[in-house]
Amino acid sequence: MSLLLFVVLPYVATALALVVSIIRWRRDPFSVSAVSSQLLEGRKLFWGSVSFHWGITIILIGHLAALVIPGGVELWNGSPARLYLLEATGLALAAWTLFGLGVLIYRRLTSARVRAITTPMDLVVLAVILVQVVTGIWIAVGYRWGSFWGTSVFVPYIRSLLVLQPRPELVEPLPFVLQAHVVSFFVFLVIFPFSRLVHIVTVPLGYLTRPWQKVVRLNREPYVYHPGSDEPLERIG
Amino acid sequence: MRVRAQMSMLFHLDKCIGCHTCSVACKNTWTDREGAEYMWWNNVETRPGTGYPTGWEDQDHYQGGWRRDEKGRLRLTLHSKAQGLGRLFFNPAMPELDDYYEPFTFQYGDLFSAPPSDQQPTARPISMVTGDEMEIASGPNWDDDLGGSDVYARNDPSLEGLHPEVQEQMQEIERVVFNYLPRICNHCLNPSCVAACPSGAIYKRAEDGIVLVNENKCRAWRMCVAACPYKKVYYNWSTGKSEKCILCFPRMETGQAPACAHSCVGRIRYMGVLLYDQDRITDAAAAPDDELLTAQLDAILDPWDPEVVLAAECAGIDSGWVDAARRSPAWKFVKEWGLALPLHPEFRTVAMMFYIPPLSPVVSTIERGLTRLDLSSGDVDFELFDALEKARLPVEYLANLFSNGDVEVIKKVLRKMLAVRIYKRRQSVDGTIDDATLALLDSADTNPEEVEDIYRLTTLPSIEERFVLPPYHRETSIEQLDDPLSHKGEVGAGFLQPPRRGA
Repeated sequence: MSLLLFVVLPYVATALALVVSIIRWRRDPFSVSAVSSQLLEGRKLFWGSVSFHWGITIILIGHLAALVIPGGVELWNGSPARLYLLEATGLALAAWTLFGLGVLIYRRLTSARVRAITTPMDLVVLAVILVQVVTGIWIAVGYRWGSFWGTSVFVPYIRSLLVLQPRPELVEPLPFVLQAHVVSFFVFLVIFPFSRLVHIVTVPLGYLTRPWQKVVRLNREPYVYHPGSDEPLERIG
Repeated sequence: MRVRAQMSMLFHLDKCIGCHTCSVACKNTWTDREGAEYMWWNNVETRPGTGYPTGWEDQDHYQGGWRRDEKGRLRLTLHSKAQGLGRLFFNPAMPELDDYYEPFTFQYGDLFSAPPSDQQPTARPISMVTGDEMEIASGPNWDDDLGGSDVYARNDPSLEGLHPEVQEQMQEIERVVFNYLPRICNHCLNPSCVAACPSGAIYKRAEDGIVLVNENKCRAWRMCVAACPYKKVYYNWSTGKSEKCILCFPRMETGQAPACAHSCVGRIRYMGVLLYDQDRITDAAAAPDDELLTAQLDAILDPWDPEVVLAAECAGIDSGWVDAARRSPAWKFVKEWGLALPLHPEFRTVAMMFYIPPLSPVVSTIERGLTRLDLSSGDVDFELFDALEKARLPVEYLANLFSNGDVEVIKKVLRKMLAVRIYKRRQSVDGTIDDATLALLDSADTNPEEVEDIYRLTTLPSIEERFVLPPYHRETSIEQLDDPLSHKGEVGAGFLQPPRRGA
């Protein structure tokens, strides 16, 4: 069982997330969208979407930081005051995320217009994320100082997966909630390419550097004409 | 000088009868689909009024278009690029469905399936979003012909700056006046929807200036909807993609005018090519308020100028397009005759659809049961020519719509239109043109030949004169992407993939 959940599932999930996303991106780019429903309902979306997205993004960056630079996190936690600060911040962000997620779920179930465009997959996505956030908070409260011990339990496990030498024995003895947090992430990866979650990788950072205007021409412009200058024709085509 | 071509539509508001045939032609062609029912890529508004979506001109609320900062630089009103990314999760300036209206249909089936009863069966309205029964609260033309004018016409933002007395007069039943304003996407030279799109999904086609959304790249960040000051980009709530007027490019590429223009029963619409200098767009958009209109019109190039022709050739523009630009009604009305103006130039998007403002009757009063014109009997013959401030539709109002508040621009246009009318009346009723009329033409900055040309293109144009469509030569464009020989005999119709909502 643990082999299935902690070795097979992660690899299957990652493979699906990568391969299906790329196929979907190339074969059916029309379907890749954040499918916003702000047009249909705005007030609840403001409270839900802003809280949830910012909260989960910052927490995700925190998790990634632990994975990439566990030494840095350990160094930071060297002083108890800083450990308290990190844990308190994380818990507050998680509460903010949970609040946002709650509003989003409530909105999706009660707003008639939003319900009209809700697909079954939308509900699956919300359910999986809810399990993620709730188990995360449970761990933060019930198994204190996760940012401290996590670097020696979870980080080696995820790294072992990444270097293709999986060590399921690292997570096997853990309590159920901790395992659930890990497994629900892999489930998240499985549904990622089949749901609206693909919008996560479309974050348009290129906007910061592109020019404001965009003109598409099919025929190249062969020359530019500068009236009155010594060499009026400039070849550019 | 870098020449580009723009397909431009012209609306002769003096001829619009507000029949909505254009809107229906467009709806039947393009937006009769789930998620698009509420969209009117073409709509006709009654003015004064708040339009569709309600109050779209109020940019303090909707944050559309561009503004000029203290240093004279152009800024997108909606956001800086960093702000744009910060508001991906929620866009505060985006209109909601109720700002347009909730699309509805009726349960017509009930008329047939109702059990026998003493009452007539009714077809109840149902929402086209939820399918539930609903109360119809508004529609795309809720204030048509000044319906509910206490609420709508009174709150028209373009009434700002009008004397309160004039505003009161416009509400009086004997003096009430309205005109129609058909609107499509303006296919701007400096489009704010393009600038606001974080995904870079919206672009302007170089060959004809049509602004399009690449729906394969659209990710539903919906900044375009808020950024367009004309509110002419719409969000399809079903597919999760933005959509807008495409100026019927599939029709134009095959030599047909756009559906709205083609179906216009008043024949108010004209289509033609305008050549413009792309190097002057920034200046035109960033010009100070009082030079805004001139700067925009200056960017449009004379297709008879040999320098322009050479520059167009250098830019790879087909000679057929230059020829079409010379015969273009847009060129004639906008530049040669100076009768057509863009809608709300102060939005600084450099809109490329142009409007000929409407004439209106003279203000009259009723005394002892008799209607009396507020003009001396000597002036009646020349109508409003010297008394434009007595026009029922205040020139200040038209100036707020078409010239950023500059009354003189509007007066000049209206005088020329009146001169044409007075000249032709003298000609057809009196049979002669007297010196006073010639002097009047002179003061309107026109002459008998020009008057005849304006008269002909205004009242008697054939379909070829109204729609001067250039040869698109799509075969050369297709060559860039595909080998035409290998696709010979293929039929290009149909979707390879139906546009389905992404789960």
